[in-house]
Amino acid sequence: MLVPIKWMKEYVDINVDDKTLADQLTLTGSHVDAVIDYNKEVKNVVTGKILEIKKHPNADKLSVTKVDINEGEPLQIITGATNIKKGDIVPLALEGAELPIGLKIKKTNFRGLASYGMMVSYEELGFEDKVIPKEAKDGIIILPKDTPLGRDIKEVLDLTGSALEVEVTFNRPDCLNIVGMARETAATLGTKFKFPEIKITNEEGDIRDYLNGVEIEDEDLCSRFYARVIKDIKIGPSPLWMQRTLMDAGMRPINNIVDVTNYVMLELGQPLHAYDLEKLEGRKLIARRAKKGEKITTIDEVERTLDEDMLVIADAVNPACIAGVMGGYDSEISENTKIMVLETANFNPKSVRETSKKLGLRSEASARNEKPMGYVMCEIASNRACQLIEMIGAGTVVGGYLEAGKSQYEPPVVTMRPHRANALLGAEIPVAHMLNSLNSLEIESVYDGEKITSRIPYFRTDIEQEADLIEEVGRLYGFENIESKPLRGSTRVGRKSELRMLEDEMKSILCGMGLYEITTYSFISPKAYDSICIPQDSPLRNYVKILNPLGEDFSSMRTTLIPNMMEVVQRNSNRGVEEAKLYEVGSIFIPKDQPVREEPIEKLKLCIGMYGNYDFFDLKGIIEGMLFRFGIKSVIKPLTENPTFHPGRTAALYVNEELIGIYGEASPQVSDNYDLDHRVYLAELDVEKILKYKNTEWKYEPLPKYPSMVRDIAVVVKDEVLAGEMEEAIKAVNPYLIESVKLFDVYKGEHIEKGYKSTAFSVTYRNKERTLKEKEVEKIHEKVLQVLEKKFGAKLRQE
Amino acid sequence: MKEQLLKLKTEALNQLKECNNNADIEKVRIHFLGKKGQLTAILRSMGSLSPEERPEIGKIANEVRTTIEEEIQSMKEEVHRKESVERIKSETLDITMPGRIPEIGRRHPLMKVKEELESVFMRMGYDVISGPEIETVQNNFDDLNTPYDHPSRDWSDTFYISDDLVLRTHTSPVEIRVMKEAVKAGKLPIRMVSTGRTFRFDDVDDTHSPMFHQMECLVVDKGVTMANLKDSIDQFVKELFGTSVKTRFRPHNFPFTEPSAEVDVSCHICMGKGCPACNGTGWSMELLGCGMTHPNVLRNCGIDPEIYSGYAFGMGIDRVAMVKYGIPNIRLLFENDVRFLKQF
Repeated sequence: MLVPIKWMKEYVDINVDDKTLADQLTLTGSHVDAVIDYNKEVKNVVTGKILEIKKHPNADKLSVTKVDINEGEPLQIITGATNIKKGDIVPLALEGAELPIGLKIKKTNFRGLASYGMMVSYEELGFEDKVIPKEAKDGIIILPKDTPLGRDIKEVLDLTGSALEVEVTFNRPDCLNIVGMARETAATLGTKFKFPEIKITNEEGDIRDYLNGVEIEDEDLCSRFYARVIKDIKIGPSPLWMQRTLMDAGMRPINNIVDVTNYVMLELGQPLHAYDLEKLEGRKLIARRAKKGEKITTIDEVERTLDEDMLVIADAVNPACIAGVMGGYDSEISENTKIMVLETANFNPKSVRETSKKLGLRSEASARNEKPMGYVMCEIASNRACQLIEMIGAGTVVGGYLEAGKSQYEPPVVTMRPHRANALLGAEIPVAHMLNSLNSLEIESVYDGEKITSRIPYFRTDIEQEADLIEEVGRLYGFENIESKPLRGSTRVGRKSELRMLEDEMKSILCGMGLYEITTYSFISPKAYDSICIPQDSPLRNYVKILNPLGEDFSSMRTTLIPNMMEVVQRNSNRGVEEAKLYEVGSIFIPKDQPVREEPIEKLKLCIGMYGNYDFFDLKGIIEGMLFRFGIKSVIKPLTENPTFHPGRTAALYVNEELIGIYGEASPQVSDNYDLDHRVYLAELDVEKILKYKNTEWKYEPLPKYPSMVRDIAVVVKDEVLAGEMEEAIKAVNPYLIESVKLFDVYKGEHIEKGYKSTAFSVTYRNKERTLKEKEVEKIHEKVLQVLEKKFGAKLRQE
Repeated sequence: MKEQLLKLKTEALNQLKECNNNADIEKVRIHFLGKKGQLTAILRSMGSLSPEERPEIGKIANEVRTTIEEEIQSMKEEVHRKESVERIKSETLDITMPGRIPEIGRRHPLMKVKEELESVFMRMGYDVISGPEIETVQNNFDDLNTPYDHPSRDWSDTFYISDDLVLRTHTSPVEIRVMKEAVKAGKLPIRMVSTGRTFRFDDVDDTHSPMFHQMECLVVDKGVTMANLKDSIDQFVKELFGTSVKTRFRPHNFPFTEPSAEVDVSCHICMGKGCPACNGTGWSMELLGCGMTHPNVLRNCGIDPEIYSGYAFGMGIDRVAMVKYGIPNIRLLFENDVRFLKQF
């Protein structure tokens, strides 16, 4: 919220500079984001009266004027302005003048005629477009008739001071206005706060002669309705001081009546609405739910269709206002309005918020009505507006008021134990200090030797229990003044779950093997399932759907990490990165029902993606190496039916017959879908299953005492014979004496018949209890050949 | 025969003197000592000697063999020594040529920060707990004392899965899970942190992302105070950013804590003196939100606020990572360009 310090000073004594004020307010909880300096760099701009306006002889769009600045001869000024007339008083930038937009004024020749200055607009004085009064928007500032001539414009428009940009927290809607901030400031600085004195000097007639009544039909949506009537309305601009005050607070002046309602809203936080009384059927106002499909054209001239959840203020027949949100066009104050009804009311904040959201309509009023507000304020704000209308001569206040709903405020009582406050804050704040803090916030508090009893004023809707008062006491004492003290209690070791420890270790291993970790969103596009060729009937397409995604591309909670990995591969490849080895550990989401009602299952997955100078066996080595570190013995089976993967280059990974993951080359179709020329290698493993089979209870095994003997064997077999199966078969010949079998060569080509391959293994023999004899090894080695011949049709390679 | 032997010795030693490599030495060895060598031949003819001569000649023959063998051995050593010197001379490397670095991958910068934070707190005795990314409205809002009309519940702020399920908007619901669990298991007090993915309805721009990361900390025990909270935060800020960093506790409002505060840290660029980066305030953007656990929250979890009190704080990990590594744009964190990932 924008708080002009000048305005606030009307209600509170401020004895520090702006910077200190900002810092102090920040430390008591009103976070000042910025101090905005309103001192404008304006030099040599004075007020002048236009004595005559003539057409420029040589230019259609220019006028030649004479302007009196109460000093010497009137000045000849050439201007293109169209909103001026003879007798207007305007700001005139003289020769040598400087304007905040960086303009320096010199004597200039316009088609043969000299101009000794320039008439100035609000824009040229550095004002933001959104606060410039409507009638001054595309032209020169026209000052009030009684403005003295030759005066410095800085003084006339009061181009001084500064404003605080304050971040008001959700629990303090009472600070969303100048008086509320003044109250905070007084409590913060320990200075005096004065509520504006409200007094109407002259009231004529009786409201009952004008307005037949106000009623609340739906009390759940409107707790108070308060109306006053003002007659003899004369619509016109509001006085300069009021316009400038509104502008400094970030609001555009419109006309005297609107400006008064805005002024009071900014000052006291209570939105007000004015109706043209003569436009109200039956001369009454009813707060009621809209009928389904009921229509109203709002002041922005848009027709809105309403429903039964929305509250309207209606006359005897039609809605005249969407309560707390926006007024109706038909009953709006116009230049012809003579008598008006001024409404202040207390609406259900939630209903206002929902209505404004449903209609896509937000206004300064709705923003305030969305927050809880004491209904006591209705009357105060209404009278304040009447006072101002009378004061600026915009109308005559009619005697009396009509109201409906609650009017009596019984302050709730909340108690606080000072020792409890100190125990929670870890401080030793004296009771007197606590009492003083609360009372300075206008929370009437007394101490009975045991507890502090506070009567909560109407504007503090946030205080309900002891903790709320402790907060008030603590923040005014200053959290900065609470001395840090270490936690007490027994020392303990922090722990992490086994899954997390596994995850951490897994990441260390993978990084150690040269892989880089990536982090991608948990949601993906449903189209991604097509991109990785997931079949239509696959359970992977049964995903948790976000009801209000940022867009279709972010609407599915992922059931696989592969699409994001492919996107990262694609992005890197497109950017000219030649190779990459990547992994991500992240959750997938599996719905238990559709549409989703129950909490879905979240499963941690590991995804690996590689492209560049790598092949299947690089990926296989990474996975085997990692599983080996976890003490997991796995087996793989060729996987030919997963369309994401290449049917001839993919493995399903099993431990104890349980599938724990898939890895292999991405199918050419998937690579095509991501416009990749590279072969991409992908793996997706279930981290929880890896944890299940992890066995790292490492135990010492005695080092071999007796030497080993190594024999090689090269056989020719048909292409389709699997090396892994041959390896297993060799080992099985004598598991006791064969220590290891290693494939070291696969050869196809010259000397080998087509459709066959030469496969060479190196077999290591060892007896743990004695030195092996040459002969016994020879014997087993022969058996190895026999087994290979018999099982795989192998022939010893001849050369 | 004696002369023959002595002559052979002289001859062998002379020939050895001529040798300067192992091959030549070996030739000499075979010539004299080999199976068909000269000394062997002489020894074979010893059978023709008289029994009296044999011991004497035998002794000389052995001496001759030993002498030759010793000379061969020493010659071999000499040759080896010379060869070593030669090799060393000829083998100089240009050690300024590049080494072959085995590639070691890196953790994602966010995960590095996350793990660093976790490890700081584990050392201070906090457990590290994980929670689900899809949360119940009850845990994410209701039990955290979030008013029903709080804007954070809006569809324009929070991603909804159903009326009762959301993508968690903060890591605070893990507090609820942990407190309820602790009450059920009779395992109070609590000291825990939880880090993870969080989600808010924000379009992607330089500083916003619909997914980001948070860390949550909760302590519940008897007699826990705001002074303790300040101490914990001070300690951990120093651990994370160094001892020269100052903190400022600014009152704030969160539904789940009361009193609540936001903590600013002194600007890391000007060290608190005031510079353009911190708008001249000397304080950088708020680092974290914190406060004393709201009595309503404790009650919602079955903990009596008259007996126990607690504090909690939560912070954005992404921003810490960005400050720590000088990353100017949050998009970089989720693009996963390998050239970016290699930097940390």
